Amino acid sequence: MDFTQIVPAMPALWEGMLLTLKMLVLAVSGGVALGTVLALMRLSSNPLLSGLAKTYVNYFRSIPLLLVITWFYLAVPMLLNWITGTFVSVGAFTSCLVAFMMFEAAYYCEIVRAGIQSIPRGQLHAAYAVGMTYGQAMRLIILPQAFRKMMPLLLQQSVILFQDTSLVYAVGLMDFLNTARSKGDIVGLPHEFLIFAGAVYFVISFGASTLVKRLQKRLAV
Amino acid sequence: MIRFNNVHKWFKDLHVLKGVNLEVTQGEVVVVCGPSGSGKSTLIRTVNQLETINEGEIWVDGVNVTDPKTNLNALRAEVGFVFQHFNLYPHLSVLENITLSPIKVKGMDKVAAEKQAINLLEKVGLAHKKDAFPSQLSGGQQQRVAIARGLAMEPRVMLFDEPTSALDPEMIGEVLKVMKDLAESGMTMMVVTHEMGFAREVADRVVFVDHGEIIEQAHPESFFTNPQHDRAKQFLRQLLTPMN
Repeated sequence: MDFTQIVPAMPALWEGMLLTLKMLVLAVSGGVALGTVLALMRLSSNPLLSGLAKTYVNYFRSIPLLLVITWFYLAVPMLLNWITGTFVSVGAFTSCLVAFMMFEAAYYCEIVRAGIQSIPRGQLHAAYAVGMTYGQAMRLIILPQAFRKMMPLLLQQSVILFQDTSLVYAVGLMDFLNTARSKGDIVGLPHEFLIFAGAVYFVISFGASTLVKRLQKRLAV
Repeated sequence: MIRFNNVHKWFKDLHVLKGVNLEVTQGEVVVVCGPSGSGKSTLIRTVNQLETINEGEIWVDGVNVTDPKTNLNALRAEVGFVFQHFNLYPHLSVLENITLSPIKVKGMDKVAAEKQAINLLEKVGLAHKKDAFPSQLSGGQQQRVAIARGLAMEPRVMLFDEPTSALDPEMIGEVLKVMKDLAESGMTMMVVTHEMGFAREVADRVVFVDHGEIIEQAHPESFFTNPQHDRAKQFLRQLLTPMN
């Protein structure tokens, strides 16, 4: 075992980690936003909207993430090509990002939906009683309270996504894990590099989970 | 100011309002009382359409609120509503609870809204709590803030749905005092309550509801001393001597 070779590879590994984190932050933002829209649709009294959202959620929860990633890598450029009529090149990063956003939105939707449903009905009535529209009531009264309640769950789901971003290796993106694997292969020390990568994922994920649990306790008081 | 014309409502098979006719005139304070399950809370919630109705019409200040073309948000902005469980926004401070709708719904500017909110808080005796959060207040204080929140929209009429039923007995007085001051300032009020002392002292008229119907309406003095209907007599007897 020779871990000293990891030191010269640090700049490349750091680049990989930056890509992982960038993907994570963008996918969580987009996923939560889309998930919130889906949750509002699911809770809508309009059967078409709630049916659409329900189908979406059930569909994406029933297929593997790896499939979605490869599918989007091939489908998104084709779709854009078909819509715009000209050839548009979509990088692997963008297609992965769209895949993560759409896949995670299905999970975030269920979290947000439960969060909204946990807010007492009286809050909505109080907002309506002073003349707020549905949009204002959601934006100013219900969602701020719901997000406070579901923050631990959203973060926990995001820790899972942090690990799942490593699936981008399938389309050749150099994230942290893929960089570590490739660097290890080059210098002929694959085990050391993978053990190191595993340790980094563990420290970050476990650290984040511990923080989330602490936050959960504080919010519960 | 408020007029119910033959109002009917069903919850599935349950006929909760059976042809209610009632008028509340400008500046009048009307107390609605009756046994639990009589439909009185449903009745008051139909005024600003938190509950819809199946038949009949309700007019508020010349506007037919049951007409689908009516802009309900505009109407609700002019009708204050105080809930049994206060329903303050727990994530906002007392001051923000009061200023939120004037700013967001009426488009008032923030400075003016805050000045008005502090005035209202002084009226309900809670100016010193402006930066507190609802969870830091007692039930009575929360309900007084809720009244101030309703008044901040400068409503033409205030509706109270059992405003003291969720309060500890020692806090009921402070809320009723605020409501009494409000009545004396000339506000049109419709109040669902079991507080017969308040009805007697403040109301212009008492409306007795049972099984979704208005059984009796009278001036408080004559309602309490000389109820006409048997069910009203029985209700008052139970209220005054609950053990027998």
